[in-house]
Order: sequence, then C-alpha cells, then structure tokens
Amino acid sequence: MIGPPDDAPVLEVDHLQIDFVTRRGTVHAVRDVSFTIAHGETVGLVGESGSGKSVTAQALLGMIELPGKIVGGDVRWKGESLVHGPGVRRTIERVRGAEIAMVFQDPMTSLDPVFTIGSQIVEVLRRHRRLGRKAAKARAVELLDLVGIANPAARIKQYPFEMSGGMRQRVLIAMALACEPALLVADEPTTALDVTIQAQILELIAELQRELQLAVLLITHDLGVVAGVCDRVAVMYAGKIVEDAPAADLYAEPAHPYTAGLLGSTPRLDIVLDRLVAIEGAPPDLRLPPPGCAYATRCPHAVERCEAEQPSLERFVALPLAGEASEEDAVLAEDELDDPARTGRTVACFRADDLRRQRVSA
Amino acid sequence: MSEANPRRAGATATDEFSARQQEVDEARASEEGQEGRPYELRAATQGIFGELRADKAGLLAAIFLTIVLIGAVFAPWLAPQGPVEGNPSTASIDPIWAGGTWAHVLGTDAQGYDVLSRLMYGARTTLLIGFAVVLIAGLFGVTLGLIAGYRGGRTDRWLMRWVDVQVAFPGLLIALIMIAVLGPSKTSLIFVLSFNGWMVYARMTRGVVLAAKERPYVEAAEMVGCRPRRVMFVHILPNLTSSLVTLAVLEFARIILAEATLSFLGLGLQFPEVSLGVMANGGRDSFFSLPRLAIIPGVVITLIVLAVNFLASWLRVVFDPQEREKRFAAGATTAATTVEGAAT
Amino acid sequence: MTSATSATSTTSTDPARTGRPVPSDELLVEVDRLSINFPVGRSGFWGQHQQWVHAVDDVSFGIRRGETLGLVGESGSGKTTIGRAILRRIEPSSGWIRFRGQYITDTKGEELRRLRQYMQLVFQDPYASLNPRMTVLQLVAEPLVVHGRAKSIDAARGDVVKLLGRCGLPEDAADRHPHAFSGGQRQRIGIARALALRPAFIVADEPVSALDVSVRAQVVNLLQDLQHELGLTYLFIAHDLSVVRHISHRIAILYAGKLVELADSDSVYESPRHPYTEALLSSVPIPDPPLQRARRRIVLQGEIPNPIHPPPGCRFQTRCPLAQDRCRHEAPPLEEKAPGHWAACFFR
Repeated sequence: MIGPPDDAPVLEVDHLQIDFVTRRGTVHAVRDVSFTIAHGETVGLVGESGSGKSVTAQALLGMIELPGKIVGGDVRWKGESLVHGPGVRRTIERVRGAEIAMVFQDPMTSLDPVFTIGSQIVEVLRRHRRLGRKAAKARAVELLDLVGIANPAARIKQYPFEMSGGMRQRVLIAMALACEPALLVADEPTTALDVTIQAQILELIAELQRELQLAVLLITHDLGVVAGVCDRVAVMYAGKIVEDAPAADLYAEPAHPYTAGLLGSTPRLDIVLDRLVAIEGAPPDLRLPPPGCAYATRCPHAVERCEAEQPSLERFVALPLAGEASEEDAVLAEDELDDPARTGRTVACFRADDLRRQRVSA
Repeated sequence: MSEANPRRAGATATDEFSARQQEVDEARASEEGQEGRPYELRAATQGIFGELRADKAGLLAAIFLTIVLIGAVFAPWLAPQGPVEGNPSTASIDPIWAGGTWAHVLGTDAQGYDVLSRLMYGARTTLLIGFAVVLIAGLFGVTLGLIAGYRGGRTDRWLMRWVDVQVAFPGLLIALIMIAVLGPSKTSLIFVLSFNGWMVYARMTRGVVLAAKERPYVEAAEMVGCRPRRVMFVHILPNLTSSLVTLAVLEFARIILAEATLSFLGLGLQFPEVSLGVMANGGRDSFFSLPRLAIIPGVVITLIVLAVNFLASWLRVVFDPQEREKRFAAGATTAATTVEGAAT
Repeated sequence: MTSATSATSTTSTDPARTGRPVPSDELLVEVDRLSINFPVGRSGFWGQHQQWVHAVDDVSFGIRRGETLGLVGESGSGKTTIGRAILRRIEPSSGWIRFRGQYITDTKGEELRRLRQYMQLVFQDPYASLNPRMTVLQLVAEPLVVHGRAKSIDAARGDVVKLLGRCGLPEDAADRHPHAFSGGQRQRIGIARALALRPAFIVADEPVSALDVSVRAQVVNLLQDLQHELGLTYLFIAHDLSVVRHISHRIAILYAGKLVELADSDSVYESPRHPYTEALLSSVPIPDPPLQRARRRIVLQGEIPNPIHPPPGCRFQTRCPLAQDRCRHEAPPLEEKAPGHWAACFFR
C-alpha cells in the first residue's frame, strides 16, 4: 500500500459511534465523533466525566471491550482501518505500541509490580523492536534519561513501588516511547499527580513532542492543562465534539456556549471573582440522549430549535482579535470562508454566528 | 447574556435535569410494564433470575438440587419403603435397566433394602448435617471474625492466633479422637465437623470487616455520631452478604464430602441410620459382586457436590456487577446481530 | 495582575451574598504546636527499631468564627492528617487543639461523640462516602436519629427534605439511593448530611477535587452560600490553589508536614513569601495559551522528601532554588514577615 501524502492526517476518526449495552439500557457513549490528527500535531481532547473522551481514546487502540461496542464509523491510521475489515486484528497488533502508544491516568496499575521497571522496558523493546538483551538494556537506560529520570542506570533496577507517582508516570512515558511511535495518546496523564509534579510531566510531554516530532492526543478534563501544550483543542460534551479549534482561538473566543461555560467555571489564579460562574444542571442521561442539542437544557442561549434538532459541526470563522473587532470585519471574514488559514475551526451550535455578532456589536 | 429565555422562567436547570431523569425512569418502567415497584429492586430480582436462565450450568444445577432437596425433605412420604425395610427374600434385585421391577427402581442391596428409598433417606441425613454444620460453624466463625476485625488490637491478635493454631492441627486426627470420645452419632458428627470448619468463616469475616472499616462511608457514620454497634450492624455487616453466601455454599459441598469420608471410614452414622456416606461404605463389602451399591451413592454425592459448585460460581457472577454487565452485553449484542441477520 | 481582561464576566448577584463574609475576631479553632507521628513497619531482626512517619511537625494556627481557612499542600504534606486531628479522628503525638476555647485533645467516648455534633466532615470522594445501601433520607436523617434529635428516620423527613432543598437537590431525592445521582449531586448529599446537626465548624477535605469542572463551581458556590446563611466556619483542605483562592479568607501552605506560609488569601497570591508557595502558584496552569506560554514558570525538580527520614534543616531545601548552607542545618521558624503574613524562610 502506498503511504499517504505528507499533509494528510495520520489519524482520522470518522463518525465514530460507541455504545455500552447495560441492563439498564444502552448508553450511547460516543455519538458521531470525527476529528483528525496531523503529523507532529498536539491535540487536546477536553471533556467532563462521561463525555466519551476516554472511550474515544480507547477505540484508537482497539481497546473497546464488552459491554462496549463500536456500532458505527471508523478509525483510520495512515489510511488503514482499525475498526473493521479483514486483518484488522493484525493491523491493531502492529500499530499498537509501535506506532500509537498510550499513557494512562494511573501509573501504578499500568506497571507490573513484580518486575523491575528495567525488565519491563526491555521486554517491550525485545518484543517490538527485536533488540538483543544488551542493546535493549542500553536503550532502556537511554529512554529513562530522555524522560528526565536522574541516574537511569541505577533506577532501572527498581520496582514500581519504590518510585513516586511522578516517577512512575515518567517510566510509563519512556515505555510508550520505546518503539518511537508517531502518536502518543495520553489519557489524563496528570490527574493523579500533585500540582508541582503535574507541571513537570506537562513540561516533559511538550519537550518530547518538539524533539521527537510526535503527534500527541492529550485527553483531560482540565482546560488549563491543555492551554500551554496543545496546538488544537476539541471539546466533547455528551458523546459529541461540540467545538474543535486552534487552541489560541478557542481560549480567546470560545464559540460554543459549553466551551464558554467551561472556561467561565474554571477558577483562575489570575482573576479574582466574588462568585464562581457555574454551569447549572448536569449532563443528559446518554441512555436516552435528547433529540436536540445535548447542551440545550443547560444553555443560557438555547432557543426552540436547539431542543428539536441536532446541530452538526460546521465551520466557524474566528473574529479578528478583541479590540479591533467591528461588524465590518466579521462580514469580511465571512467572505473569506475559503481561506484555509481561517477555516480550521468548527463548532456545533445553531447560534454560534448570532452570538458572535452579539459579541461584536457589544 | 442579554437575552432572557422565557421557556424556563422559574425552573432551574437542576429541576429540569431531575425531570429528565424521571422521564427516563418512567419510560423504562412502562417499557417493562411494571409500574409502581421501585426500579432498583425490580432490576435486581429480574437480574438474578435472568442470570440463572442465561447460565446453563447454574440452571441445571439449581434444578437438580431442587429435586434432591424435595426428595430428601419429603422422604418419609415420597420414598417407596423405609430405609431399613425389607428382608433377605428381596435381596439383590437388579435395578430397572438390568431387568428389575418397578417396585425397586434402583434395585435392592444384599440386605434386601430398597436402594432408592435408602438414597432418599441418606440424602436427608447428609443434607441435614450439611445445613447444620454450615449454620453452626458459620454463626460461630462470623461472630468471632466480627469481634476480631472490629475491635482490633489485642482481641484481634488473640482470636486470630486461636484460628491459626486450630487450622494448623490435622483436622481428620481431631475428628477421629473426638468421635472416639463422643461416640459415633449424628450429633457428634455435626459437632466435630463444625469444630473443624468455623475458622474459614472467621478469617473471611475479619478480612471483609477490616476492608469495610476503611471505607469512607464507615468513617462518615462514625463522624455523625453512630455508636460502634450501629456502625457494625448497619454499615459494615451488609458488606459481608455476598462473600458469606458464596463461602457457605462451597463449605456445604465440603461438609458433604467430609461426612462421606468419615462414614466411609466407619466413624460416621451407625445402623439403622443411613447417609450417603454410609451407603457408599456399605457398598464397599460387595464391590465386586454388586458394584452399583457403591457406585450409585458415589455418583449422587459427586453430582450434588458438582451442582453446588456450579451454583456457587453462578452466585459469584450474580454478586459481581462487572461480570454481570459483561455477560448481559454479550447476550444482548449477539441477540441483536442474530435479529439483524434474520431481518436481512 | 496582568490579565484582568478576560472574557470571563462577573455575575452580579445580591451584594450581601457574594464574596466571603467577614469573620469575627473570636477564635473558634486553635491548633497549637501540633505534631503527629505514625508508627510504621519495624526494622531489625527482632523488629526492635520502630520507624515513624513524621506526618505533621509543630504546626500552629487558628481559625476565626465565620472564617474559611484554606489548607493547601501536596500529597504527604499532612493536610488531611491535620483535618482529622482537629476532628479527633487521629491522636496527636504532641500539641493542643482547642475548640470554642475548650481543650479537646483528651476528649473521649460519649463526650467526644457529643462534641462531634458541632464539628463535621465533608469528604473528598462523593461516591465512597455515602453508604450505597441507604436512601438519601436515611443518610441525612441518621445523624439526627443517633443523637436523639429525631425519634425515627421518618420523623426527620420534613427537616431532611428542607435541608436537601437548601443544598440544591430535587424534591424527590429523599427516597432514592446515592447511585441515582451524579457526582456533584452526591457531594450535595454529603454536605446536607454534614449540616444536619447544625455544626459550627466544617472540615471540608478536598470536597471538589473529585468533581467535574463545571460542577465544582456549583459546589463551591453552595458552600459559600451556606457559610453566609449559617455563619459556618470552614477548614477547606485542597491541593488546588485556584479553587482555594476563591473560597478562603486566609491560606495556610504546608510542605512535608511543616507550615511554610500563612497569610490572607490575596496576599498569598500577590506576594508569596516562601519559594515553595511561588513554585506552587506557578505550576497551576492558566487557561489562556498566550499568557500561559509567556509565564515565568518555576518547575521544581525532584520529589517531596520521604516523611520517615525528612531532610535536616528546612524540609524544602532539597528542591529549593534559594537554598544555601544555612538551610541544610537549621530549620527556619515561622515568622511574621509583614502584618498578618507569616512565612518560614530565611531569605524572604
């Protein structure tokens, strides 16, 4: 098979749908999710618990197990399906670990407690890379050094329980990088860690991404975490992507009311509020997802149409930077819809354009 | 945020959420056509028996055990004869499949006793011993385990040392000595088996209590001012149900085997009492002339123990929500695909 | 601050209910030179060497009536241990705790049980802290029944429903089981249970860190509203500095069992005096990419020291960018560096 052209995305998630069949009804956990990751790009997938972000990540590696089931759509890695078709098991075996690697939230459960970390990394190297014992060991030391573990030659003989949480997360990242993957999927890699350690790990991921030209999919519930690291951010709500935008644009001017709400309710160190802005209510029950926009019941801007119809992801043109915005610019921007530099942004909201106009005129 | 939304004047989003939740539950209730009953209870009971229907081995085991239980409990009314009723004139009749008569379906033994009747009376005794031992050993072990786990400290250390010492003793030896002292009878058998069997309950209970004591909701109960007794019985004890039921079922199987072993060694019940073990022992003498006399009770013991084990593994699934969900999903998705396949 | 120009808008609500209420001068809780050591495994062939975890070391502070004191630290800092010690769930090794002017360090048994009516705990984990076998009514009414304030669970129903409503739960919540609720709603149930006895003082042990971002704000707002209405005093334990800033009057920062800084919340954020506080502040990401990328970030090297063998001198010296010889021998005392602003560092 001929490799894809360079500008083609390495990973395509195409109308992915995942159900969880439970005795209390079928939970539609992922409902029609599409996004792509380009070579060397860092994408943040942000959502609250139950938004389907972790399930989506698991689907990338063929890790959906009963009671979960992929019921529609496709995931393609460099053009090859990881969901169906003949030989899909083999493709997944080949790709998993070697081309797409994953780092999980809890570093303790992902490491085998009865083996030294060295032997666990060596094991990965020998299986996937067919290295000799000596070469694998040397490479393991190199990898630990790469992820910033001091004195790697000694650390390699330690067991997971002898290390702190931050150290273990570094070891896991080293293991993930062992086969020089093209994409690193990090599912809440810092949630279980202390803040100062979280800062270290985020720094490390950003550094590795630059040095190794890695594509990174960073899954998190914290908009703050992705702010410093990601090129692009996709926001999930109730099993759907509601907004997908370059990071700077998203934070400067959130187009979807949910993104705006999320940003508003995140307490910030640099801004003092007398009262936090909360999003009232709770996400819908995904056993019976609402016919319209899933956010409509909590949305301050909802109109009748939002309750009846599902908005799809549509192109959204970002405004010029705040301060120099005017109605004229906005209209102008609409004329430039075909300009590829300005079309990297999508949002699933009927009222996004209205709200943008309101903001401009305000 | 200039616009007002007239649609929800006076209703907060929380209300709307709960309304939506209710909608979902109501939809579900009407779906199943059973309105009024609390949803959780319905799901639970339906679940347990639904699970049994799905688990073929468990279902067969349950049916078999029910038949055995009925036969044993109602033996005095159902059995064609008494356990020691008969004389040499009716000795050694072949069972029905080997040309015998319907009067003695499983044939008769060397004394002329009806094998089926003896089997029913024998099962009656064996099951009675099993239940009694599980009850006595269970009560004793659970109580000590509770005390050890909840009190902790010195009490715990002493009680657990006791358990350790008794576990370290060879059980069969103690049984032999005790029966030699007490004399072989149903009561002494129950006593001996209970004496040898309570430790496992104590250990398990203590383990569960220790784990449950660390749960935040137990700390919460202590924080709001519950006294120790209430914490123990309301907040900690219910955690025990699932493991205790499974353990008791497995212990039941073990006791049946232990009774059979002791009776086989001649230390069990004495004439005219009969149990499955006594029957197997009786069959030993004529094993070469009439092998069925040993084989039939042996097979029944094996089947009962096997069925009890299947039942236990079904119970484990029932008590493990994760495993239940997995099985349910597997069933549901295959059903869905077959329906789809039939439709196309 | 550099970026007050964010898209975030302040909601205008009744001024009497916004912000932090003004606390009185009366000290409700006093912690005086509190140290807590836990015995851990023994070493030596006969186990003759008992090892100790030095979880809390010589910590003193006070909480005024109506105040929220934020207690911030990373794992192993001793923050949870201090909270439990004040509630008398953990025995202090030395030091004193006073509650409403009374020494409570030796209170035991029935007296302690009665004392706990006035001090309650809100848990971190809204899932594990509610008994899954009980209904919400039983959970919230239980404190009333066991303290004899209600005859039975059902007799307490009226009060419970009122309280649940006050905590933002739907009317039909009382007869459901906890698993029918989302994380945020469960935390509301936990708060209702803690409030059932009308305590004066609440230890909130990371009450929002297990919750989703959008729900977190709801619960923080609820806690603030309740403080206004009922005049509650909080010890708000957290590892998340951004939430703490919004709810606390004063903030105490712990590092490896030592109090390193204690000051008004604004003054901690605007002019931190301890290098650890600075590092902690700078490691909280700000959801604004240009700003976040431009920030001067202090990424601390290394890890929190082993509490069994804490380093000599200042406990932060192994990671401190300012550390000098003196810090390796001598522990800096907690000193008042500016009015009301205490810090334990030689160089600030």
